[in-house]
Amino acid sequence: MQTNSDNILSAVRIEKGFPGTKALDKVDLHLRRGEVHALLGENGAGKSTLIKCLTGAYRRDGGSILLDGAEVDPRDTFEAQRLGIGTVYQEVNLLPNLTVAENLYLGRQPRRFGMVDTRSMNRKARELLAEYELDIDVTRDLASYSVAIQQVVAIARAVDLSGKVLILDEPTASLDAHEVEMLFRIVRRLKKRGLGIIFITHFLEQVYAISDRITVLRNGQLVGTREARELDRRELIALMIGRELATEIQSVHPDAVEGETRYTFRNYGRRGKIDPFDLDVRAGEVVGMAGLLGSGRTETAEILFGAHRADSGTAKVDGRTVDLSSPRAAIRQKFGFCPEDRKTAGIVGDLSVRENIVLALQARRGWTRPIPRVEQNRLADLYIRALDIRTADREKPIKLLSGGNQQKAILARWLATEPDLLILDEPTRGIDVGAHAEIIRLIESLREKGMSLIVISSEIEELVAYSTRVVVLRDHAHVAELNGAQLTAHRIVEAIAATNGRKAS
Amino acid sequence: MKQKYLPLTATILIFVLSYALCAAQYPNILSTRVIGNLLTDNAFLGIAAVGMTFVILSGGIDLSIGAVIAFAGVFLAVVLEHGSMHPLVAFALLLTITTLFGALMGAIIHYLEMPAFIVTLAGMFLARGMAFVLSIDSVPIKHPFYGTLKSLYYKLPGGGRITLIGGLMLLVFAIGILIAHRTRFGTNIYALGGGTATAKLMGVPVAATTVRIYALSGLLAGLSGIVFSLYTSAGYSLAAVGVELDAITAVVIGGTLLTGGSGFVAGTLVGILIQGLIQTYITFDGTLSSWWTKILIGLLLFAFILLQKGIIHLSRPERQRA
Amino acid sequence: MMPIMRNYAGRLLPQCIALVIIVIAISIVFPGFLNLQIQNGRLYGSLIDILNRGAPVVLLAIGMTVVIATKGIDLSVGAVMAICGAVAASLITSGHSLAETLLATLAIGILCGIWNGVLVAFLDIQPIIATLVLMVAGRGIAQLITEGTILTFNEPGLIFIGSGSFIGLPMPIVIWLVFGLLVAVLVRRTALGMLIEAIGINRQASTLSGVLTPVLLVAAYVLSGLCAAIAGIIAAADIRGADANNAGLWLELDAILAVVVGGTSLLGGRFSIAASVLGAIIIQAINTGILLSGFPPEFNLIIKAAIIIFILVLQSPRFRTAFSFLSIPGAAGKPTEREAK
Repeated sequence: MQTNSDNILSAVRIEKGFPGTKALDKVDLHLRRGEVHALLGENGAGKSTLIKCLTGAYRRDGGSILLDGAEVDPRDTFEAQRLGIGTVYQEVNLLPNLTVAENLYLGRQPRRFGMVDTRSMNRKARELLAEYELDIDVTRDLASYSVAIQQVVAIARAVDLSGKVLILDEPTASLDAHEVEMLFRIVRRLKKRGLGIIFITHFLEQVYAISDRITVLRNGQLVGTREARELDRRELIALMIGRELATEIQSVHPDAVEGETRYTFRNYGRRGKIDPFDLDVRAGEVVGMAGLLGSGRTETAEILFGAHRADSGTAKVDGRTVDLSSPRAAIRQKFGFCPEDRKTAGIVGDLSVRENIVLALQARRGWTRPIPRVEQNRLADLYIRALDIRTADREKPIKLLSGGNQQKAILARWLATEPDLLILDEPTRGIDVGAHAEIIRLIESLREKGMSLIVISSEIEELVAYSTRVVVLRDHAHVAELNGAQLTAHRIVEAIAATNGRKAS
Repeated sequence: MKQKYLPLTATILIFVLSYALCAAQYPNILSTRVIGNLLTDNAFLGIAAVGMTFVILSGGIDLSIGAVIAFAGVFLAVVLEHGSMHPLVAFALLLTITTLFGALMGAIIHYLEMPAFIVTLAGMFLARGMAFVLSIDSVPIKHPFYGTLKSLYYKLPGGGRITLIGGLMLLVFAIGILIAHRTRFGTNIYALGGGTATAKLMGVPVAATTVRIYALSGLLAGLSGIVFSLYTSAGYSLAAVGVELDAITAVVIGGTLLTGGSGFVAGTLVGILIQGLIQTYITFDGTLSSWWTKILIGLLLFAFILLQKGIIHLSRPERQRA
Repeated sequence: MMPIMRNYAGRLLPQCIALVIIVIAISIVFPGFLNLQIQNGRLYGSLIDILNRGAPVVLLAIGMTVVIATKGIDLSVGAVMAICGAVAASLITSGHSLAETLLATLAIGILCGIWNGVLVAFLDIQPIIATLVLMVAGRGIAQLITEGTILTFNEPGLIFIGSGSFIGLPMPIVIWLVFGLLVAVLVRRTALGMLIEAIGINRQASTLSGVLTPVLLVAAYVLSGLCAAIAGIIAAADIRGADANNAGLWLELDAILAVVVGGTSLLGGRFSIAASVLGAIIIQAINTGILLSGFPPEFNLIIKAAIIIFILVLQSPRFRTAFSFLSIPGAAGKPTEREAK
């Protein structure tokens, strides 16, 4: 592979494997000086693995990295930073308890007579941030500023430290339109200064707004690198999800099921989390929830399940007003909830697969009525078989299973309680392709059996495939509902984008 | 006002108020004599508490300091009794030992990824055990140099005295404040308290910092032991039991978050003074029993924990919305 | 049923081996160690002595195990022991009946547990800080009750708890055996054990699965308070008086140590009450052994420190990954095998 002197960073034939999967298969990425290069792909395509190889967070198995034409081999993120590759993540990796200035100059504070020269550090911090049109009190703790400002501080630090390559990993996920615009102004300015910028995002609008070129990954392989203005959106999506799949998804389209309305939420909401919304869910239907991260999808799920108490509105099940003020109350109404963050909110890592599966059922029965061991074994074996959970045996600690199998075990935990309404938040995130398809099939079969499901997903094509209706969220509010013929990926994206435009103007 | 100064302000306010209340009842409490004694009596605790402040700021804890103080006392007594070593040499030797001891604990905590609580608990047993091995009995220190050191003081107007050890405590606090706010090491301590993983990502040398924090705590516990032996003129292996608890209490009352990352060395001084004031008041009163000290300090501790909880709670919505 | 039994045996194996080694070592140095005699229908001997003297720590360790399993810690148990000893002594000396005294004392222990539990579960305060409050104030409260003196009593019923015997065994042993069994049966024959472990491993996931987290957390601290109350009564009955200054002093550390020696991780999760009881007995056996074997008692603490360091190093995640090929499958590995990530 030829490297050209315009390229500030070249990654050549990068390989990385994890037990059982090939996360990156000889992927190339060439970043030019002064360009914004979007790195796109679905969850699990290998974007974050590639970034981690570039920043030294992972050790690559093969391939080489050329920075400014010279081969580099960063052993950790710190070394990558020193070499010139700075990264800013979605969740700001700065210290909230230090001042803005300290965050900017941590480890390289200006010193006078051996002591940190706070005054000069603060002055330099103010000057540095002035380049980013940010005029804030740098002596305040970082925590007292919004995520957007923290994001800018993180960029300022990364650029100041590294100065060659800036990687922005989903920086806009929790920003509003105004803040995104501010961020983009900064990115354009950095571009003019000759930095190479890698931009990772889920939002295609933003890709087109700022990128010069686009590289698409799929299943750990390079699909291609194109000029952004020569690649239209439809083509881009086709590259991202694969052509075959794209057409297939158009054809699969469950007809709206005429089940009875079982769940009625009116004016349901909680201040600061999600604006009051109305929602009906019928028996035997899948209601999809689409929206950007931070749009209120997860908050909707949490409030429906009682993880946060609603402060307005009513909830009815089969016409009865019910109390959903805690997960226990929701479980009493035969609700189930697979949370988005499997590690922190889903699995109980050290407990066995069996114990994880019976946990919710046992909790509902109360501690005084233990499920007999024989029954526990039966349930565990039943679901291990039914959902094809790959585990050596049911006594294996669940943390040792792969992500997809953990997800299935959590699903089993809820299925064991025989729920009537199952809420799934990103059920297919971060799991391998095979398990992915199985979970989608499971969702469909549960629906056919008459269960009601609410499914949140970032993968719009997937939502289209199994949902009977899709609710679109934006800015902590439900803004649109699509069904029937309207229910296409294109319409959903449009609905998200349309509201986007309106709010921005 | 910035939120992070709130606990410190509350501490100072409580101190000033309670001092005023005490003074209203016993005007004598305002005399420089009482103030001088307040500093002298709490000197060893204060010095150890500075080390504890750093440890707690970094998100750790050090249970070994009381035992290290006792070890220091016994070590000095035994060495000075049996040897011809000059006390200053003995001091240097002792400080080297306790610093290395702290560094070792820090290294175990970092490299073996073990909780500070249990590592320093083992350190506590070890240090007190070593003290026992050196001597079970209380050993008096009669070295003339001790007399010289004890006779050093700065006379305040009104008859009060800032003794050598009282002055030393103030000096240690001053240096502690400098370290906390004017050195990279100090910022790194706060950084560890803010989150080890993030600190590491930002290039904080986590291993070196952890080792140095516990080494510093060991050094200061050793220094506190020297001060304690000057104060009592003896070394006793059962001395200074529970000093770590008093130090932790002073740190928390001083407005430092026990979870780390937020607080001030200066606050610890005020925390020490509040504890000392309660004791002084109870002595002045004469009818109140000594156990009220513990109960009052426990209540203060509780009040501060609630206050910090409240502040965190208030600052949370601001953090989330963003 | 068989595999379960095998599991239990495997779980307790390291502690059993350690205990046997210690007992053999002591009996080599001190040949009379294993002797048991019966006098006046009561067993005497060093082994019985260990079990008897270890009673307070064993009891504290039982409660501490459950608290630690929830990812908590209870620093206040020593102080609660002092409070309860003081309450028992002052009630009995002021003429209350034995039953009233015992019930009131246990109630006070439970109350202390509720205080700690509410701070942890409802105010969401870190356990180490929450229980520090009572640790600091508790001894003052105990002194307040005894008014700074050692409150002695002569009530035979109460004294019997400390030095009486039942079917040949000293009462303290009978009490911890019965209580330990009760608690073990309670947590393992019901779903309590699993739910507590779930909370300790992942509180958020447990709450989302419908586990009644706050109530169970409070219950754990209540159990710990109750254990401290019983231990306090035994300690007071043993010396026929309540010593607010020294009763239970630093026993919280011994109890924590017993739990750690028992192989329950300080990070919460999997626990075994039997293993903690064994841990407490191991600690007591070391204490007694050092005393008997003519070693100066001043080495006691150093040896204790050495043992903790040894056990902790074995449990440390770093060490485990480096030497994983050495671990005994199913035994030492199981309860503490955990990656914090």
